[in-house]
Amino acid sequence: MIKKDLVIIGAGAAGLSSALAAYQNGVEEILILEKEEDAGGILNQCIHTGFGLHTFHQEMSGPAYAQKCIDLVEQTPIEIQTSTMVLSVSQDRVVTCSSSKYGLQKIQAKAIVFATGCRERSRGAIQLPGTRPAGIMSAGTAQRYLNIDGWLVGKKVLILGSGDIGLIMARRMTLEGAEVVAVAELMPYSNGLPRNLKQCLDDFNIPLYLSHTITDIKGHHRVEQVVLSQVDEKLQPIAGTEKVFDVDTVLLSVGLIPENSLLEDAGAVLHPRTKGPIVDERCMTSIEGIFACGNSLHVHDLVDFVYAEGQRAGKAAADYLHQIQPADKMIDVIAKGELSYILPQKLHPSDTKLFYRVKSPLKNCTIEISCNNQIIRTLKKPALIPSIMEEITIKKQWLDECDGPLVVEVKA
Amino acid sequence: MEMICITCPKGCTLKIEQNNDKLIVTGNSCPRGVVYAENEIFHPMRMITSTVRIKGASIARCPVMSSVPVPKEKMFDVMKVIENTTIEAPVQCNQVLIHNICDLDCDLVATRTLKKL
Repeated sequence: MIKKDLVIIGAGAAGLSSALAAYQNGVEEILILEKEEDAGGILNQCIHTGFGLHTFHQEMSGPAYAQKCIDLVEQTPIEIQTSTMVLSVSQDRVVTCSSSKYGLQKIQAKAIVFATGCRERSRGAIQLPGTRPAGIMSAGTAQRYLNIDGWLVGKKVLILGSGDIGLIMARRMTLEGAEVVAVAELMPYSNGLPRNLKQCLDDFNIPLYLSHTITDIKGHHRVEQVVLSQVDEKLQPIAGTEKVFDVDTVLLSVGLIPENSLLEDAGAVLHPRTKGPIVDERCMTSIEGIFACGNSLHVHDLVDFVYAEGQRAGKAAADYLHQIQPADKMIDVIAKGELSYILPQKLHPSDTKLFYRVKSPLKNCTIEISCNNQIIRTLKKPALIPSIMEEITIKKQWLDECDGPLVVEVKA
Repeated sequence: MEMICITCPKGCTLKIEQNNDKLIVTGNSCPRGVVYAENEIFHPMRMITSTVRIKGASIARCPVMSSVPVPKEKMFDVMKVIENTTIEAPVQCNQVLIHNICDLDCDLVATRTLKKL
């Protein structure tokens, strides 16, 4: 069996940055496995700019960001095997993978980093009614077809979901000559970044229908019509509010789910809300020596945050391989109130950071950090929105004094 | 008046007051916010990103961007030129593909390195 110090699954921003951090912290035998033909991950199809301000102090396109990471890796002895599919990972860290170049391989790793990214929620996942003609696909699929393969998937388009990929594709397809007739969003607010609402929809006068959803899709071979209906506070369609749009394409931008089938099969405990593994501040999962980072841990808004999380996981994997152990004490972190989730879910006393999102937009609220009803810190926040991930700096001494779970609560 | 700065993903909410001919911008976290607000009010500018056809590479399209923002009303003129452009591999990230596109003092730049097959 092949032996490696560290195997990283996925050569996107998280995988590449974790490899670099592990290398910089003294790990020698590092292998990255990537299922696509090229390293770079989802960045390769995200041709818009806005990447890299935090990490590289310049504004880049997705492929340029990926290239920068790949160039850094290529200056090291880190090995990348592309076109390689990981089939399984065992609890004792044996990775089984296959590729046309090397056939079936079994690799014994001393540590593993999962950087497997996320996948898009599908039509089935949201139980979209109507017929099943051609012309219905996820926004990311349409993005790949357009930006890498050069195929525009439709001429008159309706987009369901106002997440960033949906917004970016509304602009992209408009620039390529398609007509985007509407973006519909189930919630009363958009899940996209405010700048994308402005530069992707407002700039092109594309209407955004908040509190609306698709209640019918018509068409036999190809999509012909889509019916939108307004929804009530319980998100149920209101009869009599139907609007009919003649379109040939429906793009779905209805959420991303961390890709963790391999990790789940390996026996790691996943969090019901994030759909990623439960981790400590080192990004270590419930399986010793297996780490997770990037969009497979939780869905991020910015690649710079993915990169930083990859660095933390890579550094932690290096520490683990060098037998640098954290304190024995482990504290659970619990999200309460309007918090959608908080990460990591477990902490060893150390100077570290917590990351969280809120369930709905909030104004003038306080974040209360407490343990056994004793308030440790309160932070004032003028505005919080679900589309922006926030962070809290945690001091080791606060945790040293904790004798129970750390509770983080948002109060309006 | 308020506007969201689109310069970077931070998306600061800018507050803009007009004092005679001068704009007073607050709410920005960096100097680019002031430049953005001035442009947005007097002559809105946008970055363009798209793809051009590429021959001889492993994929069919090479991603491109404008080297600087272009006037918003010229976006579709630039897109027309991009649509009619075909390049040959190899191409380097940051390589200039078209100088001074549409006479806008702006170059069209490749944003991915693609080797010749």
